[in-house]
Amino acid sequence: MTELSQLIVYGLATGCIYSLIALGFVLIYKATEMVNFAQGDLLMLGAFVAVTFILTLGLSYWLAFILAVIVMAAFSYGLDAVVLRRVIGQPQFSVVMLTIGLGFIFRAGATMIWGTEPYNFPAPFSSGVSVVGGVVISHVAISIVVGTVVLCSILWAFFRFSKLGVAMQAASQNQLAAYYMGVPVKRIFSLIWAISGGVAAVAGILIAPLTLVDNTMSMLGLKAFAAAVLGGFGSIPGALVGGILIGMIEQVSGAYFIDGSKDIAAYATLLLVLLLRPQGLFGAVGRKKV
Amino acid sequence: MRFPYKTDYGQDLDLFKSSSDRFWYGLLALVLLSMPLWVDTFWLGEVSYVFILGIVGIGLMILTGYAGQVSIGHAAFLGIGAYTHAILLSMGTPFVVSLVGATALSTLIGAGVGFPALRVAGIYLAMATFAFNFLVEFVFVRWESMTGGFSGFAVASPEFLGVSFTSGGGFYYICLLSIVLAILLTLNLLRSPTGRALIALRDSETAAQALGVRLARYKTTAFAISAGLTGFAGALFAHRIGYLAPDIFTIMFSIQLLLMVVVGGMGSIHGAIFGAIFVGALPQLIAIMRDYLPDSVARQPGIEPGIFGLLLVLTILFEPRGIYGRWLKIKHYFSVFPMHKKAAFSRQKSYTKSER
Repeated sequence: MTELSQLIVYGLATGCIYSLIALGFVLIYKATEMVNFAQGDLLMLGAFVAVTFILTLGLSYWLAFILAVIVMAAFSYGLDAVVLRRVIGQPQFSVVMLTIGLGFIFRAGATMIWGTEPYNFPAPFSSGVSVVGGVVISHVAISIVVGTVVLCSILWAFFRFSKLGVAMQAASQNQLAAYYMGVPVKRIFSLIWAISGGVAAVAGILIAPLTLVDNTMSMLGLKAFAAAVLGGFGSIPGALVGGILIGMIEQVSGAYFIDGSKDIAAYATLLLVLLLRPQGLFGAVGRKKV
Repeated sequence: MRFPYKTDYGQDLDLFKSSSDRFWYGLLALVLLSMPLWVDTFWLGEVSYVFILGIVGIGLMILTGYAGQVSIGHAAFLGIGAYTHAILLSMGTPFVVSLVGATALSTLIGAGVGFPALRVAGIYLAMATFAFNFLVEFVFVRWESMTGGFSGFAVASPEFLGVSFTSGGGFYYICLLSIVLAILLTLNLLRSPTGRALIALRDSETAAQALGVRLARYKTTAFAISAGLTGFAGALFAHRIGYLAPDIFTIMFSIQLLLMVVVGGMGSIHGAIFGAIFVGALPQLIAIMRDYLPDSVARQPGIEPGIFGLLLVLTILFEPRGIYGRWLKIKHYFSVFPMHKKAAFSRQKSYTKSER
């Protein structure tokens, strides 16, 4: 029983990371109907940028955290404004290929700048652990869960109460109508990319003390697709719940099924969901209109 | 510019549109047939590899370029074909029978993967196929009694009617024959009702459905044919690499295959072949380029996938019709020489297409 609760705690922590990445997909998908296959690579870049701030420039963890998020948000804004805006109106396939290509470039670029050696990510709470009822909980895991909850609350409040957030909702519900109401749709889309890039950076920095920073971090992005699909692509609560479920499924299957099934549990779940319930837990896949 | 004036139905069925086509393809056939006489074994091997990639390209083109379904998992089918072929050969099955076996198995699995594709569209399919790729890779690693796991699996040399042809000429001709058959099959498929249904389905699913195209049936068909061709190419690929290991058939390789059809030019057989030549030649080009770049850039470990990514991005942004599209434009420029108009190939202005 203790073992299971231990796995669930760990699954909750990694699951939160999947949730955050999936949140990034969903934000972009809801607004622009693009699927960003480079989300995991943005996460990787965010972690690398933060580690550079800490190790090379000697900044404190919190300052590096904030700066890295700002840098990644600006980077994603530029990415949309310069590259992705050009493919609007082209078939979805082009966007998929484009973001895959961008992901490759980011990974190659990261290898060129930061090398292939993994970095140890120093966080102020890296080594702390607490024991609750026989279950060992590392402070990193707590930081991930707390960080996710805080970030989601901020985003929720932003979309609910701020003018910009409401404009974003409007633009993703109906571009044309939003445009007529004076919403600058193009800039809004770039800003959504910026939020998504910032969320990816947060996820990268939160998970970094757990995994080491290197370019295999981008694989988390592929696993997070399973989370987004499980929750129903296009649903924000779905992405959050889906991510946590995938994190737990992964941990539990790694312990109780055949050796190595931890690595593919997410993909197997993805296929099963597509086969049995393609709309996911929360989503509604409507009929395609002409 | 020439417009073929068709006077009888036979011309519609003809594979070559004009007599000049006939001449150029004849010349190409002559060059390819005589190649073992004047090219050394290394380059013959490379050309055979391009043929194998070409078959994969055609398979992927049917699915992606004609039926409009994205697959980021074709390396898995390639691997299934390769492993099946190698395992059957090691059990003493004759070459041709095991080739057929490999094709049949990957066709079946392709139809199986195509099945969830019926319920989901576009991006979901891309995700389903890459998940499938990971699962197949996992099976290759874990099913050690069959595949040899991580340590790999040696492929028996090809043997047909008691004659062994490991290297050079023999294998080259097998590949040449295979790709010619694959092209003929595909050309005929595309002008059959099935092929036209696939194209209709790509252009608008709803419209195709309204006209009586059964989506379920044709999507599965497209997947099965595509996987079958890829599995067949996989069997040849097994001989080309000689030693199978699970880390060959990764998602990276799948993306490289997809790059092939995108860079070659979507929606044409020419595109698949151009793409295969391009991807086959790329490692050589990168090796040559390395000599001219400063060491600090050229010796970087990540440069190869980076170049793949860059090419992919540049193609999609600046020449969505790929190498073949560019070739058509150049041809058009010269055929109408002084009267070329810039707008001849420009796309209509387009807006976001909604899938909702």
